[in-house]
Amino acid sequence: MSTATEHSEQTEHTDGHEAEHHGLSDKQYIYIALILAALTAIEVSTYYVDFGPFFMPTLFILMIVKFVTVVSYFMHLKFDNKLFTYLFYSGLLLAIAVYCGFLATFKFFLQKG
Amino acid sequence: MAETAISHGHDVGHGAHSSTGLSNNKLGMWMFLGSECLLFGGLISTYMLYKGRVNAGPQPDQIFDIPFTSVSSFILLMSSLTMVLAVSAAQRKDERNMNLWLVITALLGATFVGGQVYEFTAFYREGLGFTTSLFGSSFYTLTGFHGVHVSVGIIMLMALVGMNRNKRIPGDRAEVVELVGLYWHFVDIVWIIIFTLVYLIPS
Repeated sequence: MSTATEHSEQTEHTDGHEAEHHGLSDKQYIYIALILAALTAIEVSTYYVDFGPFFMPTLFILMIVKFVTVVSYFMHLKFDNKLFTYLFYSGLLLAIAVYCGFLATFKFFLQKG
Repeated sequence: MAETAISHGHDVGHGAHSSTGLSNNKLGMWMFLGSECLLFGGLISTYMLYKGRVNAGPQPDQIFDIPFTSVSSFILLMSSLTMVLAVSAAQRKDERNMNLWLVITALLGATFVGGQVYEFTAFYREGLGFTTSLFGSSFYTLTGFHGVHVSVGIIMLMALVGMNRNKRIPGDRAEVVELVGLYWHFVDIVWIIIFTLVYLIPS
């Protein structure tokens, strides 16, 4: 009987109810938001301060870090089933590949170079 | 196996679970968000291609108000925090805080959209119409599509608050709030990209 109950509880736990058991505490979410706000402040500072040759790399790195942080923590991908990660990032990578090809067709990267 | 899944009363309420043991609704939402990457990828790359094509009207760096857009970006970023707090409250079954954070998220989203309307109006007055140049067309299309997504998100949030008050949210309430949250965060991450590529990187 107890085994059946345990099994039932285990089934419920794995049956899409992970959301109730994963994630961070509210305080940790606030810390992450503060980090994101600080990163945004650094991004905006590139408009006022001359970063020289580090301008573009800084902006791209900050953009990617912010993107991954929101997706991993606020959207819970870090704690959720890996299938969701594959679904989302496969769409994202497909989009990046398709549109890099699209931009290359129009010689976008050569113009910038 | 299928019978076992059907026998769980709560499964029926929120769209049942797939053979993977995962919620179909959540799988569907992640697939939708993956496909949205392609939509915004198209709009962003079209803007990148056309942002230097200005035969008439102002150039991007002549009209962009970076301090104003930075504040808008910060507001949208903070709405992601309030959204995740709403999801957290829903998972704790803390109905009062869930409603509160959902309403605050909708208000922050509305402030962002209001800022975008103000920005569009200011740009129009400075001579950048939708058909003024390829830059204008691609800029308004990209940011306009994003604004429509934020507006749809606000409607979803307010509908959620209304349905929750009338106890009409079907199935697992925490999961429904989480699904709306996923959409909201997606809108935020799209803006993270737009803010960098469109506003901060000059043409």
